[in-house]
Amino acid sequence: MRWLALALTLWAAPLLAVQPGEMLDDPVLEARAREISTGLRCPVCRNESIDESNATLSADLRVMVRERLVAGDTDAEVVAAIVDRYGEFVLLRPDATGANLILWLAAPAMLIAALGIGLVTLRRRPTAASDTGLSEDEAKRVAEILRS
Amino acid sequence: MITELGHFALILAFGIALMQMVVPMVGAHKGWRGWMAFAEPAATSQFILVGFAFATLTWAFVTSDFSLKLVYENSHSAKPMIYKISGVWGNHEGSMLLWLLILTLFGACAAWFGGNLPAALRARVLGVQASIAVAFFAFILFTSNPFLRLAVPPFDGRDLNPLLQDPGLAFHPPFLYLGYVGLSMAFSFAVAALIEGRVDAAWGRWVRPWTLAAWVFLTIGIALGSWWAYYELGWGGFWFWDPVENASFMPWLIATALLHSAIVVEKRESLKSWTVLLAILAFGFSLLGAFIVRSGVLTSVHAFANDPERGLYILIILAVFVGGALTLYALRAGAMEAKGAFGMVSRESGIVLNNILLAVSALVVFVGTIWPLAAEMLFERTLSVGPPFFDSAFTPFMVAIAVVMPFGALLAWKRGSIGRAGRQMVLVGVLAVALGGLAFAVQTGRSALGPVGVALAVWVILGAAVDLWSRTGRGGLAGRVGRLARLPRADWGKSVAHAGMGVTIFGVAAMTAWQQEDIRVAQVGDRFAVGAYEVEFRGVENGQGPNYTTLMAEMAVYRDGAVEAVLFPEKRNYPVAQMPTTEAAIDNGFTRDLYLVIGDPQTGGGYAVRTYIKPFANWIWGGAILMALGGFISLSDRRLRVAAGAARVPAAQVPAE
Repeated sequence: MRWLALALTLWAAPLLAVQPGEMLDDPVLEARAREISTGLRCPVCRNESIDESNATLSADLRVMVRERLVAGDTDAEVVAAIVDRYGEFVLLRPDATGANLILWLAAPAMLIAALGIGLVTLRRRPTAASDTGLSEDEAKRVAEILRS
Repeated sequence: MITELGHFALILAFGIALMQMVVPMVGAHKGWRGWMAFAEPAATSQFILVGFAFATLTWAFVTSDFSLKLVYENSHSAKPMIYKISGVWGNHEGSMLLWLLILTLFGACAAWFGGNLPAALRARVLGVQASIAVAFFAFILFTSNPFLRLAVPPFDGRDLNPLLQDPGLAFHPPFLYLGYVGLSMAFSFAVAALIEGRVDAAWGRWVRPWTLAAWVFLTIGIALGSWWAYYELGWGGFWFWDPVENASFMPWLIATALLHSAIVVEKRESLKSWTVLLAILAFGFSLLGAFIVRSGVLTSVHAFANDPERGLYILIILAVFVGGALTLYALRAGAMEAKGAFGMVSRESGIVLNNILLAVSALVVFVGTIWPLAAEMLFERTLSVGPPFFDSAFTPFMVAIAVVMPFGALLAWKRGSIGRAGRQMVLVGVLAVALGGLAFAVQTGRSALGPVGVALAVWVILGAAVDLWSRTGRGGLAGRVGRLARLPRADWGKSVAHAGMGVTIFGVAAMTAWQQEDIRVAQVGDRFAVGAYEVEFRGVENGQGPNYTTLMAEMAVYRDGAVEAVLFPEKRNYPVAQMPTTEAAIDNGFTRDLYLVIGDPQTGGGYAVRTYIKPFANWIWGGAILMALGGFISLSDRRLRVAAGAARVPAAQVPAE
């Protein structure tokens, strides 16, 4: 029960996430920092990005992201620096490399396969005659019915 | 004493479920009417006994009987009454009892309203339903018994997690469970049909309303959860792609697919084996969701009651039921012959496409949810799959569904004409592109999300309207309007639900694309601008709630110099649970929500204040309400009168007291 309470406080504690004091004055840099930090997972929380998290470590990481941006790093360099330190666990959007290709390609592959199977099955089953519209006699008859 | 009676009732119901699992099945196999007829009274008495057990547990919570371990751990005498009652299911054991109550309720409904089903099919359905109940009775009695006593009753309880002390969350689990467990009906019908080796229109006529009812409840449950996250977690997100959210979303996607394919079974006697498979998968995903939530194998923000041993037990239930049903399916699916033929361009094909897209999007969610687990076990890579993945991998499928939906809905059964549907949609398409372009022209920031969302929403909503209008036939305007009101309710339900989907798409896109945010340290008396609004920080005040202390700020929001709203965001502290919570103050509006959060006092004076302007936020849940409403309208269709029982479910699941 105690770890439960602890876990709950870790994620649920009200969360002011990004603190006013941490933010950069340059709106462009700050926007980039926000963008980067929504994609990085807080290493000690339960499924939260460092942008949302209230944990001290997340605050440190947010500051680190901003320091590096101010120092002139590109977005990719900032992310790489944090991944170096904490592993790919912190990436909320996993790389499409190696085994992760399964993750990224499973759905498109399945879609193509399903469309293929669906098409073949539909073609094989007895089909209703295609819609060729009404013949002249039928059209005349419909017109009669509609008039009456 | 009364809780002991409840405990006994639960054990007795377990015994009855064991009998009901076997006797009607044997009866149906041998053709013994008496044995088959055992199922109905058994299902009714199971429900009554579990209902009684649930009522005694509720009584223990209401009277704060702390000699019960569960009450001690999850309640407090100072808690408001509504949360004492909702505390019954705000924990693992109680929520499992609620799950079981609903499961037996659905079983009883099948017994009460199943009079027009063939006797053997009904006996088998009830037998399968009882076997699911047996698994959960055993689970509750052997691993999660809510009726355990404490030798020395403590003076007061430890209180319910404050985040759960909220009206949104009080009703979120019951609706969600009505949805999850409601899908067990479709599962039982599917397995019974596989045993019989026969699926016909009568089967479809039964499965569809039950699935529809479950789907409606699931929709409401998910929407409530999302709404709660929006106002309670304090930064105004509405969906986090958390494993537990995904666990509820997968059955929803599959149930949506099932709902549509069951129509084809009912009306056209086609797609039978596919529908049976979907019915198995839908309940399978419900069980998978239960496993994810209870086992804690995937770290989640919902992990309020997890335990690996219980997780293992649910995994066994999942393996036995889904594995068993799929084996049966592999053996018997060939026996189901399609009767109705249809052309490549037809409503049926449209529904096949809908099913493919929904099933694949459920697969995206499934793979993304379990990938961290799979990657760790198989490839020794510790990684995370979060919102950025789902946003990019899932959204294309939703866009595709939105694009084809109005077309599919307009196609005729059996054989349709793309040209005719296309002509009906030309105007809507032009309007959608024009309004999307307009949105692009007036917005700042130039992201594509907003305009695309607007165009899709217009396309879907007006498409639903065109669909409805096209059903009124031809002739003069007055005659058509008159016929509009007399259309079958199923047609209205379909259009309302489809339009609801469009409304939700618009809300999601608008809120994501056009939200404005302001984070700052504000002193009392400060006035600052956020977007078109000005916020004035008027003051703070300390207060005392029934079981918490609070710091409440008063803030006025001005627009064009006039006060638009005065809001009181709070920061609460629950001393018993030793947990602080933020209570955002929200001014709900049709076109925007003003969302204010007060934070910690700062060292240099003042408070951290966050202000959000969230355009069209309420449309997200408004759309979900429309979808659920569409489901209800369709359920009330005269032609589906058999569903009357399902529609009455919510009234029955609230225990007396």
